[in-house]
Amino acid sequence: MAVPLAFFGLFFAYPVAAIVGRGLKTEAGWQFGRIGEVLARPDIGEVLWFTTWQALASTALTLLIALPGAYVFARFEFPGKQLLRALVTVPFVLPTVVVGTAFLALVGRGGLLDEVWGIRLDTTVWAILLAHVFFNYAVVIRTVGGLWAQLDPRQEEAARVLGAGRFAAWRRVTLPALVPAVAAASLMVFLFTFSSFGVVQILGGPAYSTLEVEVYRQTAQLLDLPTAAVLTMVQFVAIGAILGVHSWTVRKRETALRLVDPARTAHRVRGWAQRSLLGGVLLTVALLIALPLGVLVERSLDAPGGYGFGFYRALQEVGAGGGTFLVPPLEAIWNSLQYALAATAIALVVGGLAAAALTRREGRFVRGFDALLMLPLGVSAVTVGFGFLITLDEPPLDLRTSWILVPLAQALVGVPFVVRTMLPVLRAVDGRLREAAAVLGASPLRAWREVDLPMVRRALLIAAGFAFAVSLGEFGATVFIARPDRPTLPVAVARLLGRAGEMNYGQAMALSTILMLVCAVSLLALERLRPDKTSGEF
Amino acid sequence: MSTTKKIAGVALVAALGVTTLSACGGDAKDKSAGASDAPKSKTITLVSHDSFNVTDAVLKEFEQQSGYTVKVLKSGDAGAALNQEILTKGSPRGDVFFGVDNTLLSRALDNGIFTPYEAKGLADVKPEFVLDKEHRVTPVDSGDICVNYDKAYFADKKLAPPQTLDDLIKPEYKNLLVTENAATSSPGLGFLLASVGKYGDDGWKDYWSKLKANGVEVVDGWEQAYNERFSGSAGGKKAKGDRPLVVSYASSPPVEVLYGEPQPAEAPTGVATGTCFRQTEFAGLLKGAKNEQGGKALLDFLISKKFQEDMPLQMFVNPVTKDAKLPELFTKHGVVIEKPETVAPEAIAKNRDQWVKAWSTLVVK
Repeated sequence: MAVPLAFFGLFFAYPVAAIVGRGLKTEAGWQFGRIGEVLARPDIGEVLWFTTWQALASTALTLLIALPGAYVFARFEFPGKQLLRALVTVPFVLPTVVVGTAFLALVGRGGLLDEVWGIRLDTTVWAILLAHVFFNYAVVIRTVGGLWAQLDPRQEEAARVLGAGRFAAWRRVTLPALVPAVAAASLMVFLFTFSSFGVVQILGGPAYSTLEVEVYRQTAQLLDLPTAAVLTMVQFVAIGAILGVHSWTVRKRETALRLVDPARTAHRVRGWAQRSLLGGVLLTVALLIALPLGVLVERSLDAPGGYGFGFYRALQEVGAGGGTFLVPPLEAIWNSLQYALAATAIALVVGGLAAAALTRREGRFVRGFDALLMLPLGVSAVTVGFGFLITLDEPPLDLRTSWILVPLAQALVGVPFVVRTMLPVLRAVDGRLREAAAVLGASPLRAWREVDLPMVRRALLIAAGFAFAVSLGEFGATVFIARPDRPTLPVAVARLLGRAGEMNYGQAMALSTILMLVCAVSLLALERLRPDKTSGEF
Repeated sequence: MSTTKKIAGVALVAALGVTTLSACGGDAKDKSAGASDAPKSKTITLVSHDSFNVTDAVLKEFEQQSGYTVKVLKSGDAGAALNQEILTKGSPRGDVFFGVDNTLLSRALDNGIFTPYEAKGLADVKPEFVLDKEHRVTPVDSGDICVNYDKAYFADKKLAPPQTLDDLIKPEYKNLLVTENAATSSPGLGFLLASVGKYGDDGWKDYWSKLKANGVEVVDGWEQAYNERFSGSAGGKKAKGDRPLVVSYASSPPVEVLYGEPQPAEAPTGVATGTCFRQTEFAGLLKGAKNEQGGKALLDFLISKKFQEDMPLQMFVNPVTKDAKLPELFTKHGVVIEKPETVAPEAIAKNRDQWVKAWSTLVVK
């Protein structure tokens, strides 16, 4: 308990509080009047409105498109199902920068749609919404589909026997069981889209900005710290509220449902209605998920002078422009892997200890702690990055030029995933086994090693994989604190995209493709390790 | 099945273990090499924006003569780099900061991030560039932000290219101009200030309303405007840019010649000389610098004849010293802007932020 709390206090609460303090504190003390002033500004009102509006629209659209998919994944058995499940999850762990890039290649200037039909959606709201759906499709599939697969179909059959019509049986039996899962998934999607940064930054152009992007602009471009501080607090409150509601729905979800083995509920596809449903879902996945990823790969190979690995080869050189990179972009891969490994180690230690502390206790305090651990998911990463710059600058903690700064920031985002994955498994370990081991003379450490570890090892690996993927893709905080001579993959991609010219664009696509492959491989490895019985949060 | 899973698990653990070990090895190396200031007095760290460039040979010569090693830390665009320096005031990441221009100068001075130092050779700098009488900053280069036009487009259309700000709102130039976001890009801000200089504090909004009605497009940064949207640049031609007018620099046409494949005899783009705003870039010694002596030596070097004459072809800007000679490329293909628009530094200091806010509300939203 002490370690996670100290970690969060030092590397999360303190930097964020410092940057907010910078914005709201003057010689004359706290200026809380500024909050009202900022919120009354029309341009800020615009940002708040757009942030909320696009998050709602993205969530609705995601549900609309993903719910049929959740049903198909839950109830149908078809060849390639496992692979497809992995495929739809790839976007979720992709860095937002890459998602932005992929959609730029699809709907941007000179993108695929532009070449075929002359349609361009960049700098429109549609591009942002589509990218968000692409990003969060898996959240609904996993959360809702995972539960749906475990609902006992016999309950619905019983209702039918008692004379209910097909629809009535579904509405009275299955729907109520699904509602909490749908609500939890919606809230998660809403949370992610509400605090969207990379996607909006790349696809939005100057006209659209979410709170997160506005915090970045106000801080990095305009140095208007009071405004940035107020916006950070607004986001903080909003995310806190969302998380509160979310943890409430999760508790609702833990109510007694009779769950069965998913393998028993899935069946082969029968009849044309089911076939067309399956076909529709497969088509959706192909258009919405496979196509953007495919375009990305295609663009990365479309080198001057015919298809080939020209752009990939160029990644080994320092650019002719000289301005972007002090090192060949390819080195970014190595940097990223090192950072991600360190971040994973930190996240596992902190998250593991936090999860262990949470299983040992009960009650309100624990739920508060649980929500606290989720906060970094929704607090502006930009704020954290800047907070690091201004707080960690004195010995013994002058970490600003130290390499450890980046993994620390990335671990903050990884911890919630670790806790989410470990908690259900740890709760399932029977304490009496440990007591029995202690009675037989094992030291606490040995008891843990012999009893807990074998049970949680798999969950630990899955958590590690998630933390790793999340660290690889973290962009918002890293972009500030990564040293110019040691860029990570997403930072390098963003820098390449920020420079014009065919060569830079191609290299950005190539780097994104490499990043996507790394994420996809680690994800497939996870998919093999997935425990059968727990319906994971993500 | 379970055995494969076990094997996969073991393999993953092993892989993680191995890479962690090697990562530790890498980091250990890093600590010794990357220690920011191992021999404290021998390294000078220059913090700058992404566009800073110098010929290796010129820098090496300075290092040999002075006995220092120079480390360059580039951190983002001009605005973001300066803001990071302001946020870390008092415990800077380097010794000298280069790249604060006259549009943002007051922000740097008000926040007190610089220590005054009168560089050796300041007497050779043209006096109009020395804006800070306390010498907290030293002028290093200057350039003009101007509208560029695509010569081929206007020749095709048998249309005279625009020359002044007034021309840009005429109907024959409707939907032709692309500019940058004044809130996030220094040429964008410069162009906004050009309009303030010409039409005054009360007339510029009216001008921009007309410009907006005439179809001006705003993108986030110079790269995007010049290399993607502008039809006259090599990059823009590739990206099928369709705007023949762009806010860029007076030195852009020479650059097009230099990087042309093959080099054209004449620049493919021209400069609308009545649309310009003069930008001056400064460098300063950071307060709390670990190596003050070295920092001072570096400032002297930045206004030395060697560096001033090397600069134009590295950063495409003009020298600020009286005796520095321009390279032939500039004298042949460049234009001299006789009368750029100007805004008094005090007025910029007082109004910049509200101008930018008003501009954003008017043009972008």
